[in-house]
Amino acid sequence: MQKIISVIGLLAVPIILSGCSDVGVKPWERDILAQQEMNLISDPIENSLNDHIYFSKEASSGGQGFGGGGCGCN
Amino acid sequence: MADKDLEVVAVAVTKNTHKNRDLAQLLTAASCALIGGISPSVNAADSWDVDSAFLLYSESDGRVSAAEPVISATKNYDEETKLTFKIAADTLTGASPNGATPSDHVQTFTSPSGKGSYDAAAGEQPLDDTFKDTRIALSTNWSAPIDRDWAYGVGGYLSKEHDYQSLGVNGSLSRYLNQKNTTLTLGLNLSSDTVNPEGGVPTGLVQVPLNNSDSEFTQRTDSDNKSLVDAVFGITQIINRKTIMQFNYSLSTSSGYLTDPYKIISVIDDNAGTNFGGNFQSGSRDLYLYEKRPDSRLKQSIYWQTKYQFDNDDILDVSYRYMFDDWGINSHTIDAKYRIHFDNQYLEPQLRWYTQSKADFYHRYLNSSDYTNADFASADYRLGDLDTYTLGLKYGYKFADETEFYTRFSVYHQESSGDKGYGKLTSQELYPGLDAAMLIVGYKF
Repeated sequence: MQKIISVIGLLAVPIILSGCSDVGVKPWERDILAQQEMNLISDPIENSLNDHIYFSKEASSGGQGFGGGGCGCN
Repeated sequence: MADKDLEVVAVAVTKNTHKNRDLAQLLTAASCALIGGISPSVNAADSWDVDSAFLLYSESDGRVSAAEPVISATKNYDEETKLTFKIAADTLTGASPNGATPSDHVQTFTSPSGKGSYDAAAGEQPLDDTFKDTRIALSTNWSAPIDRDWAYGVGGYLSKEHDYQSLGVNGSLSRYLNQKNTTLTLGLNLSSDTVNPEGGVPTGLVQVPLNNSDSEFTQRTDSDNKSLVDAVFGITQIINRKTIMQFNYSLSTSSGYLTDPYKIISVIDDNAGTNFGGNFQSGSRDLYLYEKRPDSRLKQSIYWQTKYQFDNDDILDVSYRYMFDDWGINSHTIDAKYRIHFDNQYLEPQLRWYTQSKADFYHRYLNSSDYTNADFASADYRLGDLDTYTLGLKYGYKFADETEFYTRFSVYHQESSGDKGYGKLTSQELYPGLDAAMLIVGYKF
Protein backbone atom coordinates (compact mmCIF):
# COMPACT_ATOMS: atom_id res chain seq x y z
CA MET A 1 0.00 0.00 0.00
CA GLN A 2 2.79 2.35 0.98
CA LYS A 3 4.58 1.44 -2.24
CA ILE A 4 1.56 2.38 -4.33
CA ILE A 5 1.35 5.72 -2.56
CA SER A 6 5.03 6.44 -3.15
CA VAL A 7 4.73 5.45 -6.83
CA ILE A 8 1.77 7.77 -7.22
CA GLY A 9 3.76 10.40 -5.37
CA LEU A 10 6.73 9.99 -7.69
CA LEU A 11 4.47 10.15 -10.73
CA ALA A 12 2.89 13.31 -9.37
CA VAL A 13 6.22 15.14 -8.99
CA PRO A 14 6.83 15.81 -12.71
CA ILE A 15 3.17 16.73 -13.17
CA ILE A 16 3.37 19.26 -10.36
CA LEU A 17 6.70 20.59 -11.60
CA SER A 18 5.55 20.93 -15.19
CA GLY A 19 2.36 22.56 -13.94
CA CYS A 20 4.41 25.17 -12.11
CA SER A 21 6.74 25.78 -15.03
CA ASP A 22 3.70 26.64 -17.16
CA VAL A 23 2.94 29.54 -14.86
CA GLY A 24 4.72 32.76 -15.77
CA VAL A 25 6.40 34.08 -18.87
CA LYS A 26 9.90 34.57 -20.22
CA PRO A 27 11.22 38.14 -20.16
CA TRP A 28 10.64 38.54 -23.90
CA GLU A 29 7.00 37.48 -23.56
CA ARG A 30 5.98 40.54 -21.57
CA ASP A 31 4.72 42.58 -24.50
CA ILE A 32 1.02 42.29 -23.60
CA LEU A 33 1.41 42.57 -19.83
CA ALA A 34 3.62 45.64 -20.28
CA GLN A 35 0.72 47.54 -21.82
CA GLN A 36 -0.58 50.21 -19.54
CA GLU A 37 -4.14 48.79 -19.85
CA MET A 38 -2.90 45.52 -18.37
CA ASN A 39 -1.65 47.11 -15.14
CA LEU A 40 -3.72 45.84 -12.23
CA ILE A 41 -4.61 49.46 -11.52
CA SER A 42 -4.63 50.92 -15.01
CA ASP A 43 -6.50 54.11 -14.10
CA PRO A 44 -5.34 55.20 -10.66
CA ILE A 45 -7.25 58.48 -10.69
CA GLU A 46 -10.54 56.86 -11.64
CA ASN A 47 -9.87 54.22 -8.98
CA SER A 48 -9.26 56.81 -6.29
CA LEU A 49 -12.47 58.68 -7.19
CA ASN A 50 -14.42 55.43 -6.94
CA ASP A 51 -12.79 54.48 -3.65
CA HIS A 52 -13.66 57.86 -2.22
CA ILE A 53 -17.33 57.46 -3.10
CA TYR A 54 -17.59 53.90 -1.85
CA PHE A 55 -15.68 54.77 1.32
CA SER A 56 -18.20 57.48 2.13
CA LYS A 57 -21.27 55.33 1.30
CA GLU A 58 -20.39 51.84 2.55
CA ALA A 59 -18.83 50.24 5.63
CA SER A 60 -15.96 48.54 3.79
CA SER A 61 -12.88 50.02 2.17
CA GLY A 62 -9.47 48.99 0.94
CA GLY A 63 -8.49 45.49 -0.11
CA GLN A 64 -6.73 46.38 -3.31
CA GLY A 65 -4.64 48.97 -1.51
CA PHE A 66 -4.99 50.94 1.70
CA GLY A 67 -8.49 51.58 2.92
CA GLY A 68 -9.29 55.02 1.64
CA GLY A 69 -9.55 57.33 4.60
CA GLY A 70 -8.24 60.79 5.11
CA CYS A 71 -11.80 61.96 4.99
CA GLY A 72 -14.41 62.73 7.60
CA CYS A 73 -17.11 61.38 5.30
CA ASN A 74 -17.44 58.11 7.19
CA MET B 1 22.65 39.61 -17.33
CA ALA B 2 21.63 39.26 -20.97
CA ASP B 3 18.17 38.16 -19.81
CA LYS B 4 17.80 41.22 -17.69
CA ASP B 5 18.77 43.60 -20.48
CA LEU B 6 16.46 41.89 -22.93
CA GLU B 7 13.69 42.22 -20.42
CA VAL B 8 14.27 45.93 -19.99
CA VAL B 9 14.34 46.41 -23.74
CA ALA B 10 11.18 44.38 -24.18
CA VAL B 11 9.47 46.54 -21.61
CA ALA B 12 10.86 49.74 -23.10
CA VAL B 13 9.72 48.78 -26.58
CA THR B 14 6.21 47.84 -25.58
CA LYS B 15 5.41 50.20 -22.72
CA ASN B 16 2.88 52.75 -23.79
CA THR B 17 2.99 55.04 -20.83
CA HIS B 18 5.87 57.23 -21.79
CA LYS B 19 5.69 60.02 -24.25
CA ASN B 20 8.16 61.95 -26.33
CA ARG B 21 10.33 58.91 -26.66
CA ASP B 22 13.34 59.40 -28.79
CA LEU B 23 13.44 56.54 -31.28
CA ALA B 24 17.14 56.93 -31.95
CA GLN B 25 17.91 56.71 -28.26
CA LEU B 26 15.77 53.63 -27.95
CA LEU B 27 17.50 51.95 -30.87
CA THR B 28 20.87 52.78 -29.41
CA ALA B 29 19.78 51.33 -26.12
CA ALA B 30 18.47 48.21 -27.80
CA SER B 31 21.67 47.64 -29.72
CA CYS B 32 23.73 48.19 -26.59
CA ALA B 33 21.69 45.55 -24.84
CA LEU B 34 22.09 43.12 -27.74
CA ILE B 35 25.84 43.67 -27.84
CA GLY B 36 26.05 42.48 -24.28
CA GLY B 37 24.72 44.93 -21.81
CA ILE B 38 27.32 47.68 -21.95
CA SER B 39 25.05 50.36 -20.67
CA PRO B 40 22.65 49.73 -17.81
CA SER B 41 20.82 53.00 -18.41
CA VAL B 42 18.84 51.79 -21.38
CA ASN B 43 15.80 53.83 -20.66
CA ALA B 44 14.91 56.83 -22.69
CA ALA B 45 11.91 57.64 -20.57
CA ASP B 46 12.51 60.66 -18.39
CA SER B 47 9.25 62.48 -18.69
CA TRP B 48 6.25 63.79 -16.80
CA ASP B 49 2.89 62.03 -17.14
CA VAL B 50 -0.12 64.04 -16.08
CA ASP B 51 -3.40 62.40 -15.20
CA SER B 52 -6.33 64.72 -14.58
CA ALA B 53 -10.02 64.12 -14.00
CA PHE B 54 -13.19 65.77 -12.84
CA LEU B 55 -15.96 63.96 -11.01
CA LEU B 56 -19.55 65.07 -10.66
CA TYR B 57 -21.66 63.09 -8.24
CA SER B 58 -25.33 63.70 -7.62
CA GLU B 59 -27.86 61.89 -5.45
CA SER B 60 -31.57 61.75 -6.12
CA ASP B 61 -34.12 63.76 -4.11
CA GLY B 62 -31.75 66.66 -3.57
CA ARG B 63 -29.46 64.78 -1.26
CA VAL B 64 -25.67 65.09 -1.53
CA SER B 65 -24.01 66.42 -4.63
CA ALA B 66 -20.27 66.64 -5.03
CA ALA B 67 -17.72 67.97 -7.48
CA GLU B 68 -14.13 66.77 -7.33
CA PRO B 69 -11.26 67.82 -9.57
CA VAL B 70 -8.06 65.76 -9.29
CA ILE B 71 -4.70 66.17 -10.93
CA SER B 72 -1.66 63.99 -10.56
CA ALA B 73 1.76 64.36 -12.11
CA THR B 74 4.30 61.56 -12.29
CA LYS B 75 7.95 62.06 -13.07
CA ASN B 76 9.41 58.90 -14.57
CA TYR B 77 13.13 58.60 -14.01
CA ASP B 78 13.17 55.16 -15.58
CA GLU B 79 10.79 52.22 -15.93
CA GLU B 80 10.71 51.56 -12.21
CA THR B 81 11.68 54.83 -10.58
CA LYS B 82 8.98 57.44 -10.28
CA LEU B 83 7.78 60.33 -8.21
CA THR B 84 4.09 61.24 -8.08
CA PHE B 85 2.33 64.31 -6.74
CA LYS B 86 -1.42 64.46 -6.50
CA ILE B 87 -3.87 67.12 -5.49
CA ALA B 88 -7.62 66.66 -5.14
CA ALA B 89 -10.33 69.02 -3.98
CA ASP B 90 -13.94 68.26 -3.36
CA THR B 91 -16.97 70.24 -2.44
CA LEU B 92 -20.08 68.63 -1.02
CA THR B 93 -23.48 70.18 -0.62
CA GLY B 94 -26.95 68.87 0.03
CA ALA B 95 -28.71 66.94 2.71
CA SER B 96 -27.69 63.80 4.52
CA PRO B 97 -29.85 61.43 6.62
CA ASN B 98 -29.34 62.27 10.31
CA GLY B 99 -30.27 58.79 11.51
CA ALA B 100 -33.67 59.58 13.08
CA THR B 101 -36.74 57.65 11.93
CA PRO B 102 -39.55 59.33 9.97
CA SER B 103 -42.58 60.06 12.10
CA ASP B 104 -46.34 60.73 11.86
CA HIS B 105 -45.73 64.35 12.90
CA VAL B 106 -43.34 67.15 12.00
CA GLN B 107 -40.00 66.62 13.72
CA THR B 108 -37.67 69.43 14.72
CA PHE B 109 -33.96 68.78 15.09
CA THR B 110 -31.22 70.86 16.66
CA SER B 111 -28.56 71.67 14.08
CA PRO B 112 -25.06 70.26 14.80
CA SER B 113 -23.77 73.68 15.90
CA GLY B 114 -26.68 74.11 18.31
CA LYS B 115 -27.33 77.55 16.82
CA GLY B 116 -30.41 76.63 14.86
CA SER B 117 -32.83 73.90 13.93
CA TYR B 118 -34.32 72.15 10.92
CA ASP B 119 -37.55 70.25 10.36
CA ALA B 120 -38.62 67.02 8.74
CA ALA B 121 -42.25 66.87 7.55
CA ALA B 122 -44.52 64.04 8.73
CA GLY B 123 -43.65 60.79 6.96
CA GLU B 124 -40.43 62.17 5.55
CA GLN B 125 -36.93 60.89 6.08
CA PRO B 126 -35.12 63.36 8.38
CA LEU B 127 -32.27 64.97 6.42
CA ASP B 128 -29.73 67.37 7.84
CA ASP B 129 -29.51 70.06 5.20
CA THR B 130 -26.72 71.95 6.97
CA PHE B 131 -24.33 69.46 5.40
CA LYS B 132 -21.64 71.29 3.44
CA ASP B 133 -17.95 70.75 3.14
CA THR B 134 -14.84 71.42 1.09
CA ARG B 135 -11.82 69.19 1.24
CA ILE B 136 -8.31 69.55 -0.09
CA ALA B 137 -6.05 66.51 -0.25
CA LEU B 138 -2.38 66.38 -1.17
CA SER B 139 -0.30 63.28 -1.57
CA THR B 140 3.07 62.25 -2.86
CA ASN B 141 4.70 58.94 -3.58
CA TRP B 142 8.16 57.77 -4.53
CA SER B 143 8.95 54.28 -5.78
CA ALA B 144 12.24 52.82 -6.89
CA PRO B 145 14.15 49.56 -7.16
CA ILE B 146 16.67 48.61 -4.47
CA ASP B 147 18.36 46.01 -6.65
CA ARG B 148 17.36 43.32 -9.16
CA ASP B 149 15.09 41.56 -6.69
CA TRP B 150 13.78 44.25 -4.41
CA ALA B 151 11.86 47.51 -4.76
CA TYR B 152 10.37 49.98 -2.34
CA GLY B 153 7.94 52.85 -2.19
CA VAL B 154 7.31 55.63 0.30
CA GLY B 155 4.56 58.20 0.44
CA GLY B 156 2.70 60.72 2.49
CA TYR B 157 -0.62 62.53 2.44
CA LEU B 158 -2.43 65.38 4.03
CA SER B 159 -6.07 66.25 3.80
CA LYS B 160 -8.06 69.03 5.32
CA GLU B 161 -11.70 69.95 5.59
CA HIS B 162 -13.25 72.37 8.05
CA ASP B 163 -14.06 69.69 10.61
CA TYR B 164 -11.53 66.97 9.79
CA GLN B 165 -7.79 66.67 9.19
CA SER B 166 -5.77 63.66 8.24
CA LEU B 167 -2.04 63.16 8.06
CA GLY B 168 -0.53 59.90 6.88
CA VAL B 169 2.63 58.15 5.82
CA ASN B 170 3.04 54.85 4.01
CA GLY B 171 5.70 52.55 2.74
CA SER B 172 5.97 49.34 0.79
CA LEU B 173 8.58 46.73 0.08
CA SER B 174 8.43 44.33 -2.88
CA ARG B 175 10.39 41.19 -3.59
CA TYR B 176 10.51 39.78 -7.12
CA LEU B 177 10.79 36.05 -7.56
CA ASN B 178 10.80 33.59 -10.40
CA GLN B 179 12.13 35.98 -13.11
CA LYS B 180 9.74 38.67 -11.87
CA ASN B 181 6.74 36.46 -12.50
CA THR B 182 5.90 36.57 -8.82
CA THR B 183 5.95 39.72 -6.71
CA LEU B 184 5.49 39.72 -2.96
CA THR B 185 4.56 43.09 -1.50
CA LEU B 186 4.21 44.29 2.05
CA GLY B 187 2.67 47.72 2.58
CA LEU B 188 2.14 49.71 5.74
CA ASN B 189 0.13 52.88 6.24
CA LEU B 190 -0.13 55.02 9.35
CA SER B 191 -2.58 57.83 9.71
CA SER B 192 -3.40 60.31 12.40
CA ASP B 193 -6.72 62.09 12.09
CA THR B 194 -8.35 64.88 14.03
CA VAL B 195 -12.10 65.43 14.17
CA ASN B 196 -13.29 68.87 15.20
CA PRO B 197 -17.04 68.79 14.66
CA GLU B 198 -19.26 71.77 14.18
CA GLY B 199 -20.44 72.61 17.72
CA GLY B 200 -17.81 70.44 19.45
CA VAL B 201 -17.72 66.72 20.24
CA PRO B 202 -21.16 65.59 21.48
CA THR B 203 -21.60 63.05 24.28
CA GLY B 204 -22.68 59.68 22.92
CA LEU B 205 -26.11 58.28 23.89
CA VAL B 206 -27.14 61.53 25.57
CA GLN B 207 -30.27 63.42 24.57
CA VAL B 208 -29.72 65.97 21.80
CA PRO B 209 -30.19 69.36 23.54
CA LEU B 210 -32.51 72.09 22.29
CA ASN B 211 -29.68 74.52 21.61
CA ASN B 212 -26.08 75.38 22.43
CA SER B 213 -26.90 77.07 25.75
CA ASP B 214 -27.51 73.61 27.20
CA SER B 215 -24.91 72.19 29.61
CA GLU B 216 -24.28 69.28 27.22
CA PHE B 217 -22.94 71.82 24.74
CA THR B 218 -20.95 73.91 27.18
CA GLN B 219 -19.01 70.89 28.55
CA ARG B 220 -17.94 69.71 25.07
CA THR B 221 -14.36 69.47 23.88
CA ASP B 222 -13.53 70.99 20.52
CA SER B 223 -11.83 68.01 18.97
CA ASP B 224 -10.95 64.35 19.24
CA ASN B 225 -8.48 62.05 17.51
CA LYS B 226 -8.35 58.80 15.71
CA SER B 227 -5.43 56.79 14.45
CA LEU B 228 -5.24 54.15 11.77
CA VAL B 229 -2.75 51.43 10.96
CA ASP B 230 -3.18 49.47 7.73
CA ALA B 231 -1.05 46.59 6.54
CA VAL B 232 -1.41 44.86 3.19
CA PHE B 233 0.35 41.70 2.17
CA GLY B 234 0.03 40.88 -1.52
CA ILE B 235 1.13 38.32 -4.06
CA THR B 236 1.05 39.26 -7.73
CA GLN B 237 1.50 36.39 -10.13
CA ILE B 238 1.89 36.44 -13.90
CA ILE B 239 0.01 33.38 -15.08
CA ASN B 240 0.81 33.59 -18.78
CA ARG B 241 1.38 36.15 -21.52
CA LYS B 242 -2.19 37.40 -21.23
CA THR B 243 -3.12 36.86 -17.60
CA ILE B 244 -2.07 38.52 -14.37
CA MET B 245 -3.50 37.78 -10.94
CA GLN B 246 -3.27 39.36 -7.52
CA PHE B 247 -4.15 38.12 -4.06
CA ASN B 248 -4.04 40.45 -1.05
CA TYR B 249 -4.65 40.11 2.64
CA SER B 250 -5.17 43.36 4.54
CA LEU B 251 -5.47 44.24 8.15
CA SER B 252 -6.69 47.62 9.29
CA THR B 253 -7.06 48.88 12.81
CA SER B 254 -8.54 52.17 13.83
CA SER B 255 -8.78 53.53 17.31
CA GLY B 256 -9.99 56.68 18.97
CA TYR B 257 -13.09 58.67 18.06
CA LEU B 258 -14.85 56.55 15.41
CA THR B 259 -18.34 57.95 16.02
CA ASP B 260 -20.08 60.20 13.51
CA PRO B 261 -20.67 63.39 15.56
CA TYR B 262 -23.61 64.46 13.38
CA LYS B 263 -25.64 61.26 13.56
CA ILE B 264 -28.46 60.71 16.02
CA ILE B 265 -30.87 57.88 16.84
CA SER B 266 -34.58 57.99 17.68
CA VAL B 267 -36.02 56.44 20.82
CA ILE B 268 -39.39 54.80 20.09
CA ASP B 269 -42.16 54.31 22.66
CA ASP B 270 -42.71 50.59 23.28
CA ASN B 271 -45.21 51.07 26.11
CA ALA B 272 -48.64 49.70 25.20
CA GLY B 273 -51.02 52.60 24.55
CA THR B 274 -51.92 55.23 21.98
CA ASN B 275 -48.29 56.17 21.30
CA PHE B 276 -47.10 52.58 20.77
CA GLY B 277 -44.42 52.79 18.04
CA GLY B 278 -44.37 56.61 18.12
CA ASN B 279 -41.55 58.90 19.22
CA PHE B 280 -40.82 58.55 22.92
CA GLN B 281 -41.16 61.82 24.83
CA SER B 282 -38.53 63.12 27.22
CA GLY B 283 -38.70 66.64 28.66
CA SER B 284 -41.95 67.07 26.65
CA ARG B 285 -40.19 66.62 23.29
CA ASP B 286 -39.21 63.72 21.03
CA LEU B 287 -36.17 61.90 22.35
CA TYR B 288 -33.12 61.65 20.11
CA LEU B 289 -29.72 60.52 21.32
CA TYR B 290 -26.31 61.19 19.83
CA GLU B 291 -24.95 57.97 18.37
CA LYS B 292 -21.96 56.21 19.90
CA ARG B 293 -19.59 53.68 18.33
CA PRO B 294 -16.84 51.61 19.95
CA ASP B 295 -13.44 53.28 20.14
CA SER B 296 -11.64 50.61 18.15
CA ARG B 297 -12.23 48.63 15.01
CA LEU B 298 -10.26 45.81 13.42
CA LYS B 299 -11.00 45.10 9.76
CA GLN B 300 -9.58 42.28 7.70
CA SER B 301 -10.03 41.63 4.03
CA ILE B 302 -8.98 39.31 1.29
CA TYR B 303 -8.87 40.58 -2.24
CA TRP B 304 -8.42 38.74 -5.51
CA GLN B 305 -8.09 40.34 -8.92
CA THR B 306 -7.47 38.89 -12.36
CA LYS B 307 -6.88 40.66 -15.62
CA TYR B 308 -7.01 38.80 -18.90
CA GLN B 309 -6.50 39.99 -22.45
CA PHE B 310 -8.37 38.11 -25.17
CA ASP B 311 -6.97 37.38 -28.64
CA ASN B 312 -8.98 40.30 -30.04
CA ASP B 313 -7.30 42.65 -27.47
CA ASP B 314 -10.43 42.97 -25.31
CA ILE B 315 -9.59 43.03 -21.61
CA LEU B 316 -11.54 41.45 -18.77
CA ASP B 317 -10.83 42.77 -15.27
CA VAL B 318 -12.56 40.95 -12.40
CA SER B 319 -12.09 41.34 -8.68
CA TYR B 320 -13.62 40.02 -5.50
CA ARG B 321 -13.22 41.27 -1.94
CA TYR B 322 -14.36 39.73 1.31
CA MET B 323 -14.18 42.01 4.32
CA PHE B 324 -15.01 41.29 7.95
CA ASP B 325 -14.48 43.25 11.14
CA ASP B 326 -14.95 43.04 14.88
CA TRP B 327 -18.03 45.27 14.70
CA GLY B 328 -19.86 42.30 13.20
CA ILE B 329 -19.89 43.62 9.65
CA ASN B 330 -18.94 41.41 6.78
CA SER B 331 -19.16 42.25 3.12
CA HIS B 332 -18.69 40.87 -0.36
CA THR B 333 -17.76 42.98 -3.38
CA ILE B 334 -17.58 41.85 -6.98
CA ASP B 335 -16.33 44.24 -9.60
CA ALA B 336 -16.11 43.45 -13.32
CA LYS B 337 -14.99 45.52 -16.28
CA TYR B 338 -14.77 44.51 -19.90
CA ARG B 339 -12.81 46.74 -22.28
CA ILE B 340 -13.63 46.49 -25.97
CA HIS B 341 -11.09 48.05 -28.33
CA PHE B 342 -11.89 49.76 -31.63
CA ASP B 343 -8.57 50.94 -33.09
CA ASN B 344 -7.66 53.94 -30.92
CA GLN B 345 -10.95 54.01 -29.03
CA TYR B 346 -12.45 51.76 -26.41
CA LEU B 347 -15.73 51.12 -24.64
CA GLU B 348 -15.79 49.61 -21.20
CA PRO B 349 -18.98 48.42 -19.50
CA GLN B 350 -18.57 48.12 -15.73
CA LEU B 351 -20.57 46.31 -13.11
CA ARG B 352 -20.16 46.29 -9.35
CA TRP B 353 -22.15 44.51 -6.69
CA TYR B 354 -21.67 45.03 -2.97
CA THR B 355 -23.47 43.55 0.02
CA GLN B 356 -22.83 44.03 3.72
CA SER B 357 -24.33 42.73 6.95
CA LYS B 358 -25.03 45.12 9.80
CA ALA B 359 -22.80 46.06 12.70
CA ASP B 360 -23.76 44.53 16.06
CA PHE B 361 -24.61 47.94 17.48
CA TYR B 362 -26.60 49.13 14.48
CA HIS B 363 -30.23 49.78 15.37
CA ARG B 364 -32.70 51.69 13.26
CA TYR B 365 -34.11 53.03 16.55
CA LEU B 366 -33.86 52.28 20.28
CA ASN B 367 -36.76 51.23 22.52
CA SER B 368 -37.91 53.41 25.39
CA SER B 369 -37.87 50.44 27.78
CA ASP B 370 -34.20 49.63 27.40
CA TYR B 371 -32.33 52.45 25.64
CA THR B 372 -30.49 53.31 28.86
CA ASN B 373 -28.83 49.87 28.76
CA ALA B 374 -27.18 50.41 25.38
CA ASP B 375 -23.37 50.66 25.41
CA PHE B 376 -23.16 51.62 21.75
CA ALA B 377 -25.76 52.48 19.15
CA SER B 378 -25.84 53.91 15.66
CA ALA B 379 -28.67 54.31 13.16
CA ASP B 380 -26.29 55.22 10.35
CA TYR B 381 -27.62 53.21 7.40
CA ARG B 382 -24.02 52.72 6.22
CA LEU B 383 -23.58 50.35 9.18
CA GLY B 384 -26.83 48.50 8.50
CA ASP B 385 -27.75 45.69 6.12
CA LEU B 386 -27.03 47.16 2.73
CA ASP B 387 -26.81 46.12 -0.92
CA THR B 388 -25.44 48.39 -3.59
CA TYR B 389 -25.13 48.16 -7.36
CA THR B 390 -23.08 50.22 -9.79
CA LEU B 391 -23.60 50.09 -13.53
CA GLY B 392 -21.24 52.11 -15.68
CA LEU B 393 -19.98 52.70 -19.17
CA LYS B 394 -16.63 54.21 -19.99
CA TYR B 395 -15.47 55.55 -23.33
CA GLY B 396 -11.87 56.38 -24.15
CA TYR B 397 -10.07 57.91 -27.10
CA LYS B 398 -6.31 57.65 -27.56
CA PHE B 399 -4.72 60.37 -29.66
CA ALA B 400 -1.75 59.81 -31.95
CA ASP B 401 0.55 61.56 -29.46
CA GLU B 402 -0.42 58.95 -26.83
CA THR B 403 -2.55 61.33 -24.81
CA GLU B 404 -5.92 59.94 -23.82
CA PHE B 405 -9.36 61.36 -23.20
CA TYR B 406 -11.97 59.35 -21.35
CA THR B 407 -15.38 59.77 -19.84
CA ARG B 408 -17.47 57.49 -17.69
CA PHE B 409 -21.08 57.64 -16.70
CA SER B 410 -22.39 55.38 -13.98
CA VAL B 411 -25.42 54.94 -11.82
CA TYR B 412 -25.24 53.79 -8.22
CA HIS B 413 -28.14 52.25 -6.34
CA GLN B 414 -28.39 51.45 -2.63
CA GLU B 415 -30.95 49.28 -0.89
CA SER B 416 -31.15 49.09 2.89
CA SER B 417 -33.15 46.62 4.90
CA GLY B 418 -33.79 45.68 8.50
CA ASP B 419 -36.21 45.58 11.40
CA LYS B 420 -39.56 47.11 10.39
CA GLY B 421 -40.54 48.34 13.86
CA TYR B 422 -43.91 48.06 15.60
CA GLY B 423 -47.12 50.00 16.14
CA LYS B 424 -47.14 53.44 14.52
CA LEU B 425 -43.61 52.97 13.23
CA THR B 426 -44.64 50.23 10.79
CA SER B 427 -46.39 52.79 8.58
CA GLN B 428 -43.12 54.71 8.11
CA GLU B 429 -40.55 54.05 5.40
CA LEU B 430 -37.53 53.16 7.55
CA TYR B 431 -35.17 52.04 4.79
CA PRO B 432 -35.44 54.34 1.80
CA GLY B 433 -33.15 53.48 -1.11
CA LEU B 434 -30.74 55.86 -2.73
CA ASP B 435 -29.91 56.51 -6.36
CA ALA B 436 -26.92 58.49 -7.51
CA ALA B 437 -25.34 59.35 -10.84
CA MET B 438 -21.63 59.87 -11.41
CA LEU B 439 -19.83 61.41 -14.32
CA ILE B 440 -16.06 61.35 -14.69
CA VAL B 441 -14.21 63.19 -17.43
CA GLY B 442 -10.47 62.66 -17.63
CA TYR B 443 -7.47 63.50 -19.72
CA LYS B 444 -4.02 61.90 -19.56
CA PHE B 445 -1.09 63.66 -21.18
